[in-house]
Amino acid sequence: MMMNMVQAINSALAMEMERDPSVVVLGEDVGVDGGVFRVTEGLVDKYGEARVIDTPLAESGITGMAIGMAFNGLRPVAEIQFMGFSYLTLNQMINHAARMRNRTRGRITVPMVLRMPYGAGVKALEHHSESTEALYAQIPGLKVIVPSTPLEAKGLLTSAIRDPDPVIFLEPTRSYRMLKEEVPDGEYLVPLGKARTVQEGDDVTVVGWGAMIPLIQRAVANLQASVEIIDLRTISPMDSETVVESVKRTGRAVVVHEAPRSFGPGAEIASRIYEGAILKLEAPVERVTAPDITVPLSKGEDHYYVNEQMIRDGIERTLRF
Amino acid sequence: MLTDEFDPMKGEMLRVMDEEGNVDPSLMPKLSDDVLLKAYRNMLLTRMADDKAVKLQRQGRLGAYPPSKGQEASQLGPAMALKEGDWLVWAFREMGALLWKGAPLQTLYLYWMGNELGNVYPDGARITPAVVPVGSQIPHAVGIAYASKLRGEKDVTLAYFGDGATSEGEFHEGLNFAGVFHTPNVFVCQNNQFAISTRREKQSASASLAQKAIAYGFPGILVDGNDVLAMYAAAKEAVDRARKGKGPTLIESFTYRMSDHTTSDDWRKYRSKEEVAEWERKDPLKRFKAYLIAQSILEDDELLVKEMTEIVEKAAAEAEAVPAPSRSDVFAHTYAEMPPYLKGQLGGGGK
Ligand SMILES: Cc1ncc(C[n+]2csc(CCOP(=O)(O)OP(=O)(O)O)c2C)c(N)n1
Ligand SMILES: [Mg+2]
Repeated sequence: MMMNMVQAINSALAMEMERDPSVVVLGEDVGVDGGVFRVTEGLVDKYGEARVIDTPLAESGITGMAIGMAFNGLRPVAEIQFMGFSYLTLNQMINHAARMRNRTRGRITVPMVLRMPYGAGVKALEHHSESTEALYAQIPGLKVIVPSTPLEAKGLLTSAIRDPDPVIFLEPTRSYRMLKEEVPDGEYLVPLGKARTVQEGDDVTVVGWGAMIPLIQRAVANLQASVEIIDLRTISPMDSETVVESVKRTGRAVVVHEAPRSFGPGAEIASRIYEGAILKLEAPVERVTAPDITVPLSKGEDHYYVNEQMIRDGIERTLRF
Repeated sequence: MLTDEFDPMKGEMLRVMDEEGNVDPSLMPKLSDDVLLKAYRNMLLTRMADDKAVKLQRQGRLGAYPPSKGQEASQLGPAMALKEGDWLVWAFREMGALLWKGAPLQTLYLYWMGNELGNVYPDGARITPAVVPVGSQIPHAVGIAYASKLRGEKDVTLAYFGDGATSEGEFHEGLNFAGVFHTPNVFVCQNNQFAISTRREKQSASASLAQKAIAYGFPGILVDGNDVLAMYAAAKEAVDRARKGKGPTLIESFTYRMSDHTTSDDWRKYRSKEEVAEWERKDPLKRFKAYLIAQSILEDDELLVKEMTEIVEKAAAEAEAVPAPSRSDVFAHTYAEMPPYLKGQLGGGGK
């Protein structure tokens, strides 16, 4: 069926709830309202209020409760309404979810998913445009996933729900309804921890994820150079092999992310490229990112958000080096 | 003391004016005709400015916006009890309170239009900026009040938040601190019966939200939030108590969000037309107007409506005329002093 990303995520949730009675969905307004983005639309009618749980307004409570559910045999998929409100979950995610496996030497584990819309580019309200994936990616024990298309979203979320470890699943708000594509109605899995080569090329490797992928595709569409595009999909644990192997062939790399530059995922990716491919590099790794400032309110957002020209300029700089 | 007379544990609710605008004289707070009229002007302006904001949003001239409709009395009553030096700590649905405290309407529009200058109030206004992360402003109010107390100043800090906010940890932490440090705070919970689609009954199993105060060691009172006189009376007592060094109060305003949660929401998904119509009958403006007319304080509000329309149109035009922030504006205030690499990024060097 043709689906946008919202529908594809909904389809993954419905499939998994159907297949496995231990899967539960919880969060603010996920029931009657179907979620503020309608991602959980219809689930409460099919699976009931006991499995599609409208919670009180408390992110730490939602996350802590999901962790407890996971201790005791459930597979919770918790929704945080926006990434900007997920900082209230950090205590639970970092001090409990991420380390329970290690603390109990594998006896107690936390197979849960924490889903949330993230990212800018939609001129939203304050705190609704964050892109702080690096906060989570630095925590050992957490997996961090960002889908870039509807099909990818369905496959990655299904794998995330079945994964034995806690997964942070970041849904690019900008991509929710941007594009429709054919998504299988039935089961569809994309393995976690494996990057995807979106487009092959010989001159330069461009690495991105989430809402940056369609932007990169548009940016390079009319370039002379032959560009390889890699969708990282999993920020952590990162598939550096795919990236490094590609850069070994092209000799040039550009990393694109919408998060601020400093201490962003781009720094980690660049580091891994230097470690794995330094002798093949023809140019320093280029980073195309947001500046190191607070996300401006909507009127100033264009000063912040990565655009096609910035991506082309970054590619140009590496090619000319 | 109203807080002794109306016990939230027994479900007792303070109401001065009924739905037809009849006032119980024994509960009527002392307010001059001038102030009463000014209060009505504020409520009317809030209603009309709110309606304009929704229209601007529909035309793509303003971003997502949380309407105030139905909560004008609930917002205004407490603000009326403040003096100039008192602090107002708001969430995001308190337009009426801000207008009363001296925030210009064009500034409020500017915030929802997506310009940081919308957080800049006139010097000395003692209003903190809008707070979107629900409930997170509550501990700030306690800190502000603590600072006043430490310096021996008599200023009171009034904080607003919603029914949904009472579920966040920061509500508990803030009120607990206020109880422990005996700070000059007044907490106003605007219980508009919903947090987006989530009903008040699903937010807390407590019979009232006002009764939560008891656990924190200070008084709580449940008030008819569509009755501006009751909201003022309860707040005046609470503000006076705080100013005298007798500690905080929690006021639960029992009201109703007559419109959508925000312009991105559709209330028909989670409530019936009958329910909304029932609350439209209890409209805070209607009943206050009936009272003012009965008292001959107001004859009719036709002229007022005209005057407010002009104010609203002018404010909207002024807000729209403010230029969008420049690139250097969005960089300049990240730190007091810009680090060298950020200067580079500002210059477009990309490093
Ligand atoms: C910490 C946090 N979680 C979620 C949200 C999304 N959100 C915005 S308003 C709102 C409901 C707030 O309800 P309430 O406190 O009753 O205030 P009201 O909107 O009714 O005025 C929610 C869930 C948020 N802004 N902040
Ligand atoms: Mg509410």
